[in-house]
Amino acid sequence: MLIPHPLLGPRDAEEFTYMGDASLIARPSASDPGAEQAFSDYVYLRDNPAGVHRELWFHEAGDRSWIVVTRNTLTHEILDAQLARDVALASAAEAGE
Amino acid sequence: MKYSGFRVVAEALFGHKGWKPLWRDPDPKPAYDFVIVGGGGHGLATAYYLAKTFAEKRIAVLEKRWLGSGNIGRNTTIIRSNYLLPGNEPFYEFSMKLWEGLEQDLNFNAMVSQRGILNLIHSDAQRDAYRRRGNAMLLAGADAQLLDREAVRRMYPYLNFDNARFPIKGGLLQARAGTARHDGVAWGYARGADLRGVDIIQNCEVTGFQIEGGKVVGVETSRGPIKAKKCGVCVAGSSSRVMEKAGMRLPIESHVIQAFVSEGLKPTINGVITFGAGHFYISQSDKGGLVFGGDLDGYNTYAQRGNLPVVEDVARCGMALMPAIGRARLLRNWGGIMDMSMDGSPIIDRTPIEGLYFNGGWCYGGFKATPASGYAFAHLLSTDAPHPTAAAYRLDRFARGYLIDEKGAGAQPNLH
Repeated sequence: MLIPHPLLGPRDAEEFTYMGDASLIARPSASDPGAEQAFSDYVYLRDNPAGVHRELWFHEAGDRSWIVVTRNTLTHEILDAQLARDVALASAAEAGE
Repeated sequence: MKYSGFRVVAEALFGHKGWKPLWRDPDPKPAYDFVIVGGGGHGLATAYYLAKTFAEKRIAVLEKRWLGSGNIGRNTTIIRSNYLLPGNEPFYEFSMKLWEGLEQDLNFNAMVSQRGILNLIHSDAQRDAYRRRGNAMLLAGADAQLLDREAVRRMYPYLNFDNARFPIKGGLLQARAGTARHDGVAWGYARGADLRGVDIIQNCEVTGFQIEGGKVVGVETSRGPIKAKKCGVCVAGSSSRVMEKAGMRLPIESHVIQAFVSEGLKPTINGVITFGAGHFYISQSDKGGLVFGGDLDGYNTYAQRGNLPVVEDVARCGMALMPAIGRARLLRNWGGIMDMSMDGSPIIDRTPIEGLYFNGGWCYGGFKATPASGYAFAHLLSTDAPHPTAAAYRLDRFARGYLIDEKGAGAQPNLH
């Protein structure tokens, strides 16, 4: 499997460490009401879809950036890859508006 | 029809014309007391024990494809009870005891072969860990023997004892462990369930659950709606997909694990050997093929195939352990989809939806658990109380902090 790194081009998946669902970027706030339940869900529950899945890969043996990869879990086809930083900043900007 | 040596001889004399199909192929009835979703090892075992041990009637097993088409047909056939934690070990030892009586119970040859499993030790710290594990096994009524280097050498002289990085210093042997014929287990349970009136309905995919007022009243299937008083889901590998239809999110990710088999060779490996320094295990089938496997690929997937880095890693581990394996040619490799749970241990429990019960999260240890999983799930379905050996396998243990994490790896499913 080759991951199209946004800065470095296609890289062997072996260079990466897999973290899981990209929704893990959105960590719940400890000060919100119901934080206990929110953290329990955040740590333990997953959508685990069959089909398109957004997920976090860490380029451990490379430039050590976090990448959000959009991949089809039925075919292993990779549809998109962006720096997790850009994804997080974009969603923060969206939430701020 | 009862199977026996006499029967084989009698059939041989008359051209084998008397053998009958092992199970019926019924159409679904409009309603059942128990609907089991998933006609694999665990689902069929559940139906069998429901009918036999708990004397329940009106049971159906719904299978999306053909009977035994999931992970019961894709595993590496190892049975063992060499676990550490109190939530796990009594359950797996219960399973081991059921394996020991399985063929007589089912009147079916499941080729259970107690050829022993040997976990190799490569360091002093690992010896301490395995001594502790062995003692935990003995406490739960299992068998365990700590072997020194020379005892291991007598068993398997061809292992690489003097590997510069990972020398073999001993091993933990469970002599009662071994292998079983995986398809035979599914067929035996299916036949046993069918003989007791269970309807095994193949090519019948569950497409939804009928839930009224927080209570399950039936399932929607590709062959029409079926009413059910209680519904048990045993679809490990696809648990998230099926339970999502009931609106549930699970503490599970689906991952692929690959397995390999070599060309047939003369008898070389008597039991099951696991490498202690990397993830690699190997046994030899009765046909002579070396059956081996290693780590998960490590990313979410529902494709029943893996990628090459793990193939390479498994081959490397095999060469480090047993250099002679380099001369064997690979016949085929395949992948199976695992329910990887957040603590590496399974779930057998009720759900927040009344009448809906869940059995899954087996990681890559589901095959050995088949008899106990079926028994415990049948116990839960019939009595609404967990079987004593499976009482720790609660769905809410994650939220409550009662994890059963053998490896201590935390909520990272691809590390279990």
